[in-house]
Formats: sequence, structure tokens, C-alpha cells
Amino acid sequence: MREAAVEVQDVVVKYGDVVAVGGVSLTVPRGAILALLGNNGAGKTSLLQVCEGFRAPDAGSARVLGLDPVADHDDLMPRLGIMLQSGGVYPWATAGDILRLFASFAAHPLDTDMLLDRLGLRKFAKTTFRRLSGGEQQRLSLAVALVGRPELVFLDEPTAGMDVGARQTTWELVESLRADGVSVLLTTHLLDEAESLADHVVIMDNGVVAATGTPAELTAAAGIDLLQVRADPALPVADLAARLDAEVTEDNPGEYAIAGSLDTEAIAAVLGWFATAGAQVTAVNTRRRTLEDVYLALTAGATR
Amino acid sequence: MSTDAGTFTPAPGRAPMRAILRQQVRMELLLTARRGEAVVLAMGVPLLVLLGAGLTRATNVPGDDRLGFVVPGVLALTVMSTAFTGQAITTGYERSYGVLKRLGASPLTRPGLLFAKTAAILCLVAVQVLVLALVGVAAGWRPELSQVLPAIGVTVLATAAYCGLALLLASVLRPETTTAAATLIYVLMLAAGGIMFAAPDLGPAGHFLLPLAAHAEALRNTLTNGTAVPASIWLSLTLWAAVALTTAARKFRWE
Repeated sequence: MREAAVEVQDVVVKYGDVVAVGGVSLTVPRGAILALLGNNGAGKTSLLQVCEGFRAPDAGSARVLGLDPVADHDDLMPRLGIMLQSGGVYPWATAGDILRLFASFAAHPLDTDMLLDRLGLRKFAKTTFRRLSGGEQQRLSLAVALVGRPELVFLDEPTAGMDVGARQTTWELVESLRADGVSVLLTTHLLDEAESLADHVVIMDNGVVAATGTPAELTAAAGIDLLQVRADPALPVADLAARLDAEVTEDNPGEYAIAGSLDTEAIAAVLGWFATAGAQVTAVNTRRRTLEDVYLALTAGATR
Repeated sequence: MSTDAGTFTPAPGRAPMRAILRQQVRMELLLTARRGEAVVLAMGVPLLVLLGAGLTRATNVPGDDRLGFVVPGVLALTVMSTAFTGQAITTGYERSYGVLKRLGASPLTRPGLLFAKTAAILCLVAVQVLVLALVGVAAGWRPELSQVLPAIGVTVLATAAYCGLALLLASVLRPETTTAAATLIYVLMLAAGGIMFAAPDLGPAGHFLLPLAAHAEALRNTLTNGTAVPASIWLSLTLWAAVALTTAARKFRWE
């Protein structure tokens, strides 16, 4: 079996006395998309820098495509596509110049015109990098990362500064990468980006992993957190609340909200209680936690 | 998007290194040509000095052969302006734009990038020296060709020393400061380096203090007088090159 695309173990990154990454482990399986989700300063970019071989970890180890990103740098680079958070391009080079330059470095490059078309950059082929907008620069950086047909790409905040349309284009492109078997490690602070793109999400907070799992696992970890029931008004719900570890309110006459960590038995108990009370239940609605709820709960300490 | 499935199927690999380096050198030269101020600094100033000091009596030069004094000095100045001033400014900004970091993390590799930069500088220096020498000849300079090999030798040493100093400066200072410092040093050297008028006569000590003056004098010895390069100049330029390149290799910052 082939080694994982990325295998990071107990990585620590320090800047002087400041600990940017405080012992992170994660694995990106081949062909999967892993999103590192976190606020600015959570340590996402520092961790990416270690994987890209820009700096050695102060402790722990990183293996990328089975290689050491620092010691095996020159062997590894042709197999990677790297998109920096910003810059990395000569300001006076045109979009076409720079994409063709990176294409000429690769043994089997993609067609540069096709790539410019896919990213909506064809009309900027003769525009110098410094005259492109932030979102156009981002898209060009993405094209540069992909032109060498890499096995694994690192995308640092790929859609930062993009408008809605460009973001959609970029997401579709990342989906195509997955479909074609490219492994992706991306950082983002956008919850919808992580939720819609990633097979695996690692939430980082203050340099450590706060939670990890598939988007579904992360949101399902707490199960259903709100049950809304419509039934006869003015039922004695204090009695129900006493039986459950949950808060029960009657928001409007006949509209009950049961909030808490509700597993299947709790829901059965709620509906059983309404039946025992002789009430006519006319509507039941559930709300699951979104990734946003999980994220906000986990990172609340950092933002306050 | 089923129509283009397989477009991104991985097929990684590095193009032949010679092709990669050729493309990178091409890009470096293309970008230099596109930046007007770099071309003016590298060619315009030496050309003005050559014609101004070589053909008029605007400055006092030692001896009767004005062009014989000025043209070799201008050639040395050009080498400095390209390999030191231009290189320091460009590298400083490329570092701050993340270009060095990005290209170092491509199939080009870091040693490849340094090689391409050096090759581009040598190309530029060769073209500029040739053009200015031809302008000098057209103006009436009659170079002595018997000592052209030692002249090329000291020029390569001076280029290496300037490259090292440029990379060092660009690594320790911010790009704006690098630009200011590199330009200031250029102007000071133009004034004190024995190009337009005689440098302060410090004897062999001057060769060690002012690499530009040492290089200019070596070119005058070889190309104007047809005599050998003094040992103190060989030693001075070798030392400058060795110290500058070693320190640059230690201090060089990619980001």
C-alpha cells in the first residue's frame, strides 16, 4: 500500500518564545481533501510551511508523499503544487509569462491556455501580475500550483479575496482535483468551504487540534440539539424537563422547544411524554448542529 | 463536469534541468529588459560618464589619454552597477514579493535559482561591457588586446564579489533600505572609485578598500597599457569575492 499523502506527527513550530503550532498530528490519505480550519493565528500556515519544506519543525516529524520535506526537498518539489497565501510571482511578469514559466519546469505540464480558461484568466494573459486584482492573483497562483500535474497540492487560503463567482469556480476546480485523484491539503477560515469541499476537517485553535473528523462526524458528534414539537397548548412541560437533561420551553402557545444534547432515547422519551399526556402532536422538527456551531463552541475561548 | 474528467490526473515530473535553467535565465533577462530604470542605471549612466568625461574636459584625469583612463573605468562601473546595485535591488524586492520562496519550492530548486541569477548577470555584464567597449572604440579608444584574458579574469572575480555583496545586502535589509543603500554606494563609488577622475592615491591599500578602483585600475593596466595585473589587485579581488560569497551563503534569506 502506498504511504499517505501527508503524515504529520506531534509537530511543534516556535517563533522565538511564541508557540505557533503546539504538537499537531494529522494524516491526509491519498486522493483525499483535508481542510485545516481555524481563525487567523491558529497555526494553519505554520503547519503548512512545515509540510512544504520551508521550515523544519522544532519537534515532531512530517512526511510528505513518504519523503522528508526538508531533506528530500528537491525530489519532492516536482510532485507538489504549492499555492502561497499571497505573492510568489514577479510583479512585472504577465499572467501568461509566469504560467508558461512554471509549465516549462514540468515534464508533463497541463495546457496553459486551458488552465487560463478554466480559471477565467484568459483575458488577463498579457496583464502584468501587479495589475491583477487580489482575486485574479489568487486564481493565477492556483493555476501555477496545478500546471505541473502534481500528486498533492497545498492551498493556503485559496479563496481569500475572491468574489462569489471566482470562489465557485475554485471550488469546482478543487472538486475536479479530487475526482482525478489529486490529494489536497487546504487551509481556510471559511466554514462553508471546509464543509462543502473537505473529506476530513481538522479544526485548529491556538496551535493545537481542537477537533477532527469528517464534516458529518463533526456535526453529528453532538447529535440533534433542538427538537421543536407542535401540540396542544399549555402542557405541563416542567414535568418533561425534569425527566430529561434538557431545557423545555413553550415559545408560543402550542409550540414547544426542547434544547439539549438529544440522542435517540431522549427523543423517544419526549414523544412518549406527549403521548402519555394525551396531546395531539401535529408537527416535529429537528435541528442538527452545523459545523459553524461546532467551530464557534470550540474556538469561543480564543475569540473572547 | 464529466467532459473533462482526467484533466488533472497526476503526472508529476521535472523537465530536463537544462531546459528549466534556460527558461529561468530567459525570464530574468526579459524582466530586466522590461524595467526601464534598471536599463538606464545599468547602461545610461556609464554611457554618459564615458562620453562626458572621455570626450570633454569636464573632469581632471591623470595623464593625456582621457579615453584610455575613462573607458576601462566605465567598464568597471558597469559591472558594479549590474552585479551589485541592480542585483541587490532586484533580489531585495523579489524576496519581499515571495518570488525567491516560490521559485525555490518549484522544480527549479534553490541552487537552480541562484545559478540562473548568476548566469543572467554574467550575460548582462558581457553584453553591456561589449556595447560600452564598442562605443569607446567608436569614440577613439584603442584597447590593447594582448592582456584581454587577465582582464576577463579580474572582471569575473569582481562580478562574483559584487553578486555576493548584493545578495548579502538584500538579505539583511528591507527592500526599500536595500535600494537606498545600493544606490548610495553606487554614487559614492562613482565619485571615489577613480572612474571620472583619479581616486585618492592610497597605494595598494586602496585596492583592498575600493574594489571598484582596483578593478578599474586592473582594466586600465591590461586594456589601455597592455601590462599585467598587479598582484595586490588579484589578491584584493579574490579576497572580496571569497569573503562576500561566503558571508552571503551564510546569511542569505529566501523569505
